[in-house]
Amino acid sequence: AEAAELRERLGAVKHTVLVLSGKGGVGKSTFSALLAHGLAADEAKQVALLDVDICGPSIPKMMGLEGEQVHQSGSGWSPVYVEENLGVMSVGFLLSSPDDAVIWRGPKKNGLIKQFLRDVDWGEIDYLIIDTPPGTSDEHLSIVQYLSAAHIDGAVIITTPQEVSLQDVRKEINFCHKVKLPIIGVVENMSGFICPKCKNESQIFPPTTGGAEKMCQNLNVSLLGKVPLDPQIGRSCDKGHSFLSEAPESPAASSYRNIIQRIQEYCDQRPFQEEKII
Amino acid sequence: LLSFLPERSNLAGVRHILLVLSGKGGVGKSTIATELALSLRHSGKKVGILDVDLCGPSIPRMFRVQDNDVHQCDSGWVPVFVDQDKSISLMSIGFLLEKPDDAVVWRGPKKNALIKQFVADVAWGDLDFLIVDTPPGTSDEHISTVEALRPYRPLGAVLVTTPQAVSVGDVRRELTFCKKMGLRVLGIVENMSGFVCPHCSECTNIFSKGGGEELAKHAGVPFLGCVPLDPQLSQSLEEGRDFIQEFPKSSAFPALAHIAQQILDGTLQRSS
Repeated sequence: AEAAELRERLGAVKHTVLVLSGKGGVGKSTFSALLAHGLAADEAKQVALLDVDICGPSIPKMMGLEGEQVHQSGSGWSPVYVEENLGVMSVGFLLSSPDDAVIWRGPKKNGLIKQFLRDVDWGEIDYLIIDTPPGTSDEHLSIVQYLSAAHIDGAVIITTPQEVSLQDVRKEINFCHKVKLPIIGVVENMSGFICPKCKNESQIFPPTTGGAEKMCQNLNVSLLGKVPLDPQIGRSCDKGHSFLSEAPESPAASSYRNIIQRIQEYCDQRPFQEEKII
Repeated sequence: LLSFLPERSNLAGVRHILLVLSGKGGVGKSTIATELALSLRHSGKKVGILDVDLCGPSIPRMFRVQDNDVHQCDSGWVPVFVDQDKSISLMSIGFLLEKPDDAVVWRGPKKNALIKQFVADVAWGDLDFLIVDTPPGTSDEHISTVEALRPYRPLGAVLVTTPQAVSVGDVRRELTFCKKMGLRVLGIVENMSGFVCPHCSECTNIFSKGGGEELAKHAGVPFLGCVPLDPQLSQSLEEGRDFIQEFPKSSAFPALAHIAQQILDGTLQRSS
């Protein structure tokens, strides 16, 4: 009966993309937010961004929605809309103060994730993007389990170039294989920094073992692209604005746009079928 | 009222226990834990590191012992020593994985059981400091670790953040966690605070600046300092080198040494 409820709610979602990483702080939420903005630039598309990082919900701030609350109606919880065609849901909206901590063990986190999927009235969506916390634990298992009622196009995995990140990201890739989650590809974030003054490049997070490129070759997954460090990215996120709108000419914006396009192409190749046999 | 401490508890010989926490991932908890351990060692202290990040255990590689095995003795697990001196010892789930790329895909209860074991069953011997490195968040691992350590009265927690608002936003919640769990906050470290170009010395605040310091002021907790982005530090960690010994002139060194000194000063104050 539960599966049927989820199926009903998620039945009108055409494409679902999970944004994952074994490693924290590599730019999952940043990427999820920009992917959402990028896809919603086409006003004809309906985009939803779901933040299931229950302990560290970054999405409300990044989308300029801090302080917003969730409203309930007869048809369920209403997402908070950034644009007419871009709705967001996060535990952040359920907290009354920025100091509130969600100190929950696994089972309670799972319960909320299920509610997010079952009770949010997304309506008909073209793209559902799910931002996750780092790791391979309750949240990840639950999302994959509950979403088996829907159609997951695949996962985008974010990393930074150094081995300390890659060693965790390989685990995430194995997790995807284990739960049969297709991998759309890997994004190497924070890939080099060009000094604005002298234009020399520094490898602040050095790819000592070949970076994402080598890892993707070894593990036979796609490298969707590399994004350099750009101080404007953090500034835009802190202000809750889209970096793609604020610095469209920057090399990082160009990289992000290319990656988003590749993801869109990947999804378009897998047409949505009305009747899903589970 | 202290819980009953078993007579020959494995933590009986540990003088000071401190946790490294952050609400936010990827801010440098493991880095700070590692550099703090190395700095304390250089001050002549015996240090242990307990890595309770089960999904992303970074500590072994930072000491170049990622391929080591762990052995058992009568009192439990023998920690892995990073060198002949035996001045730094480690325990991490990283040592228990058969294949390093294996994901630990466990739900909370199983993680909690292992953490309890890690806290109770590692034969540390005599240590001046036990540093506990944690994953990001405020969930199973954190609750279990703090509860298991409570009878041993930890010194407190060092909270790590990066300067920007998105990180500080999560670390505020970690401060609440500490308050609720009765864990003293030793201070906040603002990591990745500015980058000085090695070619032209221009400083760029890649991840903004000042958020950690402001948070410490706002929350009334000590500010332990700003650590800049330092490619030599990142490289050191990748290769499992002793940054404190080998790169004393590097840009992150003064701040890291200062953090360790404040921790040491704090323990002297506590004893007097």
